[in-house]
Amino acid sequence: MKEFLSSSSYFGIFLSIFAYLIAVAFKKKIKSGLYNPLLVAIVLTITIVLLCGMDYSTYNSSARYLSFLLTPATICLAVPLYEQLDKLKANYKAILIGIFSGVITSIGSIFLMSKVFGFTKKEFVTFLPKSITTAIGLSVSEELGGYVSITVAAIIITGVLGNIICEMVLKVFGIRNRIAKGVAIGTASHAIGTSKALEIGEIEGAMSSLSIVTAGIITVLLAELFVGLY
Amino acid sequence: MKYLKQFGIILGISFIGEALHHFLPLPVPGSIYGIVILFVALVSGVLKVDQIKETSAFLIEIMPAMFIPAAVGLIDVWELLESKWPIYLLIIVVSTILVMAISGLITQAVIRKEKQ
Repeated sequence: MKEFLSSSSYFGIFLSIFAYLIAVAFKKKIKSGLYNPLLVAIVLTITIVLLCGMDYSTYNSSARYLSFLLTPATICLAVPLYEQLDKLKANYKAILIGIFSGVITSIGSIFLMSKVFGFTKKEFVTFLPKSITTAIGLSVSEELGGYVSITVAAIIITGVLGNIICEMVLKVFGIRNRIAKGVAIGTASHAIGTSKALEIGEIEGAMSSLSIVTAGIITVLLAELFVGLY
Repeated sequence: MKYLKQFGIILGISFIGEALHHFLPLPVPGSIYGIVILFVALVSGVLKVDQIKETSAFLIEIMPAMFIPAAVGLIDVWELLESKWPIYLLIIVVSTILVMAISGLITQAVIRKEKQ
């Protein structure tokens, strides 16, 4: 059986989608705001992969076809954004200021905490791009000499965390404006957070999508400056 | 053929994005070029939303599941995180909450101010 699973062309991708469907089905039963289907699906998939004694490369030999769709799916985020074009035009100043302050907060808070914990420059650079989309974050870390695989892990954990806590954080801080909600989610937790913003509403999803692009670019432009100061 | 045509257009833009990433010396991934290209195409009227509507809605709907393989990949880097994971996690949690709160509050404040 193990031998078959490790040579299967479909098991990894089937398992991932099936785990997600199960996790979503449970959402209807568990009506708690803290229940997060994505997190449950991840834990479920990891558990089964480990129980089957598969290594990651075996699992990923078919699961990678899911990741393969990420670029086309990300591109499609332009559609909800286009549908909110009027909102974007009317509020572009607030949106840009919001995203910019978010990026400064992100790099600044990591800068300070890295100092507090006595991190090396290499460690600081590793965490610097944690709030931006994986592909950009990875190249920022690589360019500036970070531990790239830890950066990727930090970005994914940030995204999943944002997906889980965003509704609670927005409520606690009294962020009720739908445009502001979208900016907050996308700037803090890139595409994984955005998938939650799209569930919350069209405006939230569109603004979150815009924030992925804008925050990513601003981070690239500012990263070197902060690394020079460290 | 409707869906194939829609998927074809989206893959075409993915390919153009990939090419730009390859040929331009900027740290911008193909997906980001792609969003910008599609957005410009829609705003300028080169593409109509109807030409990609259903397929893009489908891809966006299943997007959360696309993050599962990368997250499962954490089992491969666990060794690197093991020794310092509480500090790493603390930094991620604190920073993520701060970014969310500050970017949201500032956006909201500016919108309210402009409305006055």
